[in-house]
Amino acid sequence: MTFSIFVEVSLRPGIADPEGATIERALPALGFTGVNGVRSGKAFRFEVSAQTAEEAHAVGQSIADRLLSNPVIEQSIVRVEVAA
Amino acid sequence: MTRVGVVVFPGSNCEYDAAAAVDAVGAHSEMVWHTATDVSGFDAIILPGGFAHGDYLRPGALARFSPVMEAVRDFADSGGPVLGICNGFQVLTEAGLLPGALQKNRGLTFLCQPSRVRVVTTDSVLTHQSFVGQELSIPINHFSGSYTCDDLTYQSMVEKDQIVLRYVENPNGSRDDIAGVCNENKNVVGLMPHPERSMSELLGSADGKILLSGFVAGTFARH
Repeated sequence: MTFSIFVEVSLRPGIADPEGATIERALPALGFTGVNGVRSGKAFRFEVSAQTAEEAHAVGQSIADRLLSNPVIEQSIVRVEVAA
Repeated sequence: MTRVGVVVFPGSNCEYDAAAAVDAVGAHSEMVWHTATDVSGFDAIILPGGFAHGDYLRPGALARFSPVMEAVRDFADSGGPVLGICNGFQVLTEAGLLPGALQKNRGLTFLCQPSRVRVVTTDSVLTHQSFVGQELSIPINHFSGSYTCDDLTYQSMVEKDQIVLRYVENPNGSRDDIAGVCNENKNVVGLMPHPERSMSELLGSADGKILLSGFVAGTFARH
């Protein structure tokens, strides 16, 4: 089966996020007040051929850990869906 | 004569400056393409600045998988001197040869300017011919130069004397003003400033010679 993998990579809590901070500072100028805790990140989509969703998730997690994120400063969330 | 391999990744752009600087301090430089699988014939290795593999994903994230990096790891493990400058520093952290990581500058500004750094330890392949507290004028040229690491790593680095250089005035938000670090064995050093660009008073500073002549001297006691 083919599974769609979605990986979200973001900075670990406590790691400074100058991009998120800049976005947060820009929001009041657009009239968005009371918005806090903006964190930036990256997202990746790809398809994996596997027997089960668990297997596909394991492949996605391995790719996220070894390449897509730098575990020293980043964390990743992996989601699996059956490809349409 | 000391033979220094200068690793060239697709997207490196400081390799000729690094090679010229190495030659200027009396060593012999040779380019090493990133597909090389053996660097054991060299006396020292430099990973130069630039944008290896386009800096796609993160600076150094793809370069760490270039075949040459396994050879560089073996070279470093056997005590060989390895120096990463700017992008080369980023590659070494991504490869796990140096602790911590480099993230985007505070203020999200690309910085290309003179900078002053202070020598924190002389117990490294880069700084053994300088003295503690010595101030050097060496330019920076980077977007992702803000050094970061977790508290545990930081404590360990302080205890093991792995902080090599600090900025006199922090330009990029680096933790504890860190401009350069080394591994536990002191034979792998990475720094964001470009010593190969401060080799002549005519161009503003010759302080890079203090670092690079030490690096190529080969007299640093290997652990």
